[in-house]
This record gives sequence, structure tokens and C-alpha cells, in this order.
Amino acid sequence: MLVTLVESAQEGLAAGSANALAHARELADVLGTHVEAATFAGAPEVRDGLAGYGVSRLHVVEHGECVEYSPECWGEALAQLLDDTRPDGVLAAATDRGNEVLAQAAARIGLPLATNCLNVAPATGAAEGDPAWALTRQRGGGVLLEDAELSAPTKLVTVLAGTVEPSAGEAVPEVDVRTFVPQLDTDPARSRIVDRTAREAGVSLATAAVVVSGGRGVGSAEGFDMIEELAELLGGAVGCSRVATNDGWRPHSDQVGLTGTKIAPELYIACGISGATQHWVGCRDARRILAINTDPQAPMMTRATYAVTGDVHEVVPAIIAEIRRRTE
Amino acid sequence: MDVLVCVKRVPATGGTIPLTADGRDVDTRSLGFTIGPHEECAVEEAARIVERFGGSAAVLTVGPPQADEQLRYAMSIGLQQGVRVTTGEEETDPEATAAAIVDAVRTLESETRPFDLILFGNESADAGNCQVGIRVAHALARPAVGGIKGIEPQPEHGTVRLRRELPDGIEVYAAPLPAVAAVREGLNLPRYPAVTGRLRAKRAHIRTIEPELVPGGLRKVRLRPPAEAARETVVLGHGAAAAGPVVDMLAELGMV
Repeated sequence: MLVTLVESAQEGLAAGSANALAHARELADVLGTHVEAATFAGAPEVRDGLAGYGVSRLHVVEHGECVEYSPECWGEALAQLLDDTRPDGVLAAATDRGNEVLAQAAARIGLPLATNCLNVAPATGAAEGDPAWALTRQRGGGVLLEDAELSAPTKLVTVLAGTVEPSAGEAVPEVDVRTFVPQLDTDPARSRIVDRTAREAGVSLATAAVVVSGGRGVGSAEGFDMIEELAELLGGAVGCSRVATNDGWRPHSDQVGLTGTKIAPELYIACGISGATQHWVGCRDARRILAINTDPQAPMMTRATYAVTGDVHEVVPAIIAEIRRRTE
Repeated sequence: MDVLVCVKRVPATGGTIPLTADGRDVDTRSLGFTIGPHEECAVEEAARIVERFGGSAAVLTVGPPQADEQLRYAMSIGLQQGVRVTTGEEETDPEATAAAIVDAVRTLESETRPFDLILFGNESADAGNCQVGIRVAHALARPAVGGIKGIEPQPEHGTVRLRRELPDGIEVYAAPLPAVAAVREGLNLPRYPAVTGRLRAKRAHIRTIEPELVPGGLRKVRLRPPAEAARETVVLGHGAAAAGPVVDMLAELGMV
């Protein structure tokens, strides 16, 4: 049996959870087993989405300490659920939370954990009774792929979003809901959430359809005035490279890249950004990229959809002027 | 406040990453080495906490003797003690790494007192397994929160406030000390090491610990570059004269 840890979103299943379920479904078919799901909250929302993935049973963890997210409490509760149900494997979305909860559970049971996986399958030639899984993980945010083998009585895996087509299995007529009440003592070594602030509505870097970013070529904090102006004209968000945050030109929250925000806009305009790996893994999912750079051989220029060779201080103001001329 | 920072020596990779002939590892013969951006922030934060509250800051790595370079970088920022848990060149798996760190921390703490805070990068810059800090925290029976971009120690209350950013908002956690935090870049802006700091770090003694390494259940088989769809690049022009074609393109996409 496989267990998928699922979370609810505003409308039913979170996208990452649906992706994890699809992975579990495929794997269960190969292994000749079935899929169950586990959730900490929002049972009614997730329940209806589960039947389409052939999930027969939903374990709902119920405990006062688990109502609010707590890494240690959720991890401990999951560890107890796994001890109770003894599945062959657990799949969760490779989100911050999915990785954290599975790592907490893995530490508690003493199991290995493979995070950020792209695919999971039984290893070929694996011994009967101790079947290892062969998986591919992303390293360095996708700079490299790692083929690995995971051997454990219960295999814990997190899978990256968008890595499998959501192919629903045979619909199960009724999802059996089972309540699981963990035993959580008052362990003092526990963090507690004391404040939560929702992000303000508006154009955010992560979700904007257009992102205009500046890098080393912009040259200064003041140089970003023109980047902001172009972004505003296009109804987009401002981004930047790591150089711009390290030099204090922009706040870290604007950074696109491996250690900043990963984005997938319709159009990404990279101004004076060479396109080092650290930056590239953050913007490569953009549908189209316009690169503006003095060096036509810069990685960003050769990988872009559109390229303009030139100094951003000449090109960007000219684009702004041309947009104003046509829209006035 | 006594703070320990755990760092990993990783290749400083640029655009393309060379692999060894057998695909087992990164070919580092032509590469420099560094620590990841998250860990640079952890080192800086440890220095700031000790500057503000007093106490001591130490840096620890699990790696080959060459990893002293990374310990000396942290010491040049102001961390006083450097500890190398010596392994071979081969990367250790997350369970083995965590167990080696736990043993080393127990040894160090048995000689003085528990570290109030142990800081990790949220994930290492290369393997990125996202779990070593949590495993260490659990083995030492300490709370751990990841993704941290704000640390506010409250030693008078024996607690620390930890702030993290999520796609939909900001969460603040309170944890009793001693605690573990896995931090992200953006926590602070790391300083450049001063010349005096570099000279001091160069001469500093580095303590070594020989660990017992027990392999865990996740085994790296090989590395390979991801397939990348080749894009056809359309050159829209040079300099200011390209503005017309660029705005044509924007208009075609319905963006102006």
C-alpha cells in the first residue's frame, strides 16, 4: 500500500498533492498495490478530489496540536500513522511543507528520505521482499539530475510539481474516511506558530504574467528606476539577479533564481543579466524570454526567445519611449 | 548565546557543470569551492548574534581536509572555533551526515555546554536533500524550523522567534532554546571578510573529529545534466534601434 500526503487548496486538492497522487497511482499500478491518502486538515475539500485518483481510504489526522501547522507535531503524527498502517511508501509534494513534514517523520522513524524527485519506479533487479526504488532527484534546483536508489521498509519520497500528467485511475465509488488520533505528549522541544500574516494582494513576482528583471548591467539602485517604469507599463513585476541583491540595489524578495523566487511568467525580460546557472534555474520556465545584454554570447542571450544586443541604459529607455509613443 | 553553524564544501559552478567520466560526481579539477548562499547567511547571522548578545560562535563541516578552506572563510567573518568532521572526497548521504554531526555536537557540548542555536542552510547548494538539520535536531531532542529568514533570540526568556516566508504569507514561530533553524538567503546581507579576519582565520587551529560513518538508505547512483529544449533565438536588433521590433513583439503578445 502507498500513502500520499495531501493538502487542500482553495478549491479542493492542492496542485502539488494532485501531482503526488498521480505519481502514487502510476507506481501502485506497477507494484500491484493500492493508494491511500492522509491529510491534516480540510478533509471535506480533499475527499471529493480523491476518488478520481482511485484512492480508497483517507486518513484524517485529528489532534488539537495539529490544527495549526507545526513541523514537529505533524511529523510526529505522520510517523505514528505510518507505524500504524505500515505502507510500502509515502509520497508528498516537494513543497517547503512537504519536504519538512517528511523529513520530520523520517528522522523520527529512522528512515531515509528522497526529496525533490522527478520520477519514482521499482528498481530493476531488486530483490524480492526488499524491493528498492529507483528514482531521479533534482540537485541544485535542477542544475543536475541524480539517479538514486532508495532502500527502506517504508520509502519516503517527495515529488516535484508538474512532473507527471494527472492521469486519473479507476474511480472508486466511495472514499472511506478514517480518523487517526496521534498520541502527542507535551514535548517541550517543539516550535509553535505565534503569528501568520497573509501576503498582500497585487502583482507578485511569483505569479506575474510579465517580469522585468535587472542584473549587473543595470549598474546601481537608481538604474532600477527604468526597470520599474517598464514593468509598470507592462503591468508586470520587477525582479533582479543575485548580484543586484548582494550589492544592495534591490531587496532579496525581488530576487529570481535558485535562492530567490522561481517564476514561470508569459514573458520574462532580462536586462543586463548574464544568465548564470543560479539565475537560469529560477527563470527557465518562462514561456518567452527577451534578453538585453551587451554580450551576445552571454548564456541568457543564447537561451532566450528574443535577444537585443546593447547597453540596457540605451535599450530600455528606447523601449519605454516607443511604448509611450504608440499608446498616447 | 552560543551558536554553531554547519556548512558544506560544494563546487562553485558556473554555466555548465563538468561531470567525471563515470558520471558519479562533478569533475572538480577546474572548479573552485564555496559554501552555498543560504549557509553564507547562516555564518553572518551567527557572527551578528554573538556581536549582539555575547557568547561564542563555531563552524562545523563534514568533509575532506580541503574543507578547512570553507571553515576558514567562516572564521574570517568572526566565528571563533572551526571543527572538521573528516570524511573522504565522496559525498556522504543525508542520514550518515546527520549522524556524524550529532556525534560531533555531543562531543563538543560534553566539554562545555549546549549550543543555544544550531544553524543550517535550508538545503545544501549541491545535493539539496533538505533534511540534515531536521535529523540533527530530532536526535538532539531540539525543535527545528526550516525556511527561516528572520531570527530574533530572546535569551532572557530562553526562546527564539523564527520567521519564514511562504508563497501566501509570513509565519512566525516561537521555539524554546536550545533550538535548530535551517535558514535561507535573504536572512541578512553577508559581509565581506576583513583582511584582519582573514589573517586570523589563516592561522587558526582547526579541530578534527573522526566520525563513524554508517551509510543510510538513499544511495546516489550517478549524476547527469538535465535535457534542455533548445530555443531558437530571434535577434530583434542592436541598441536603441531595437525598440521598434521589441514593441512590435510586445504588441503581438497583447502586452501593450
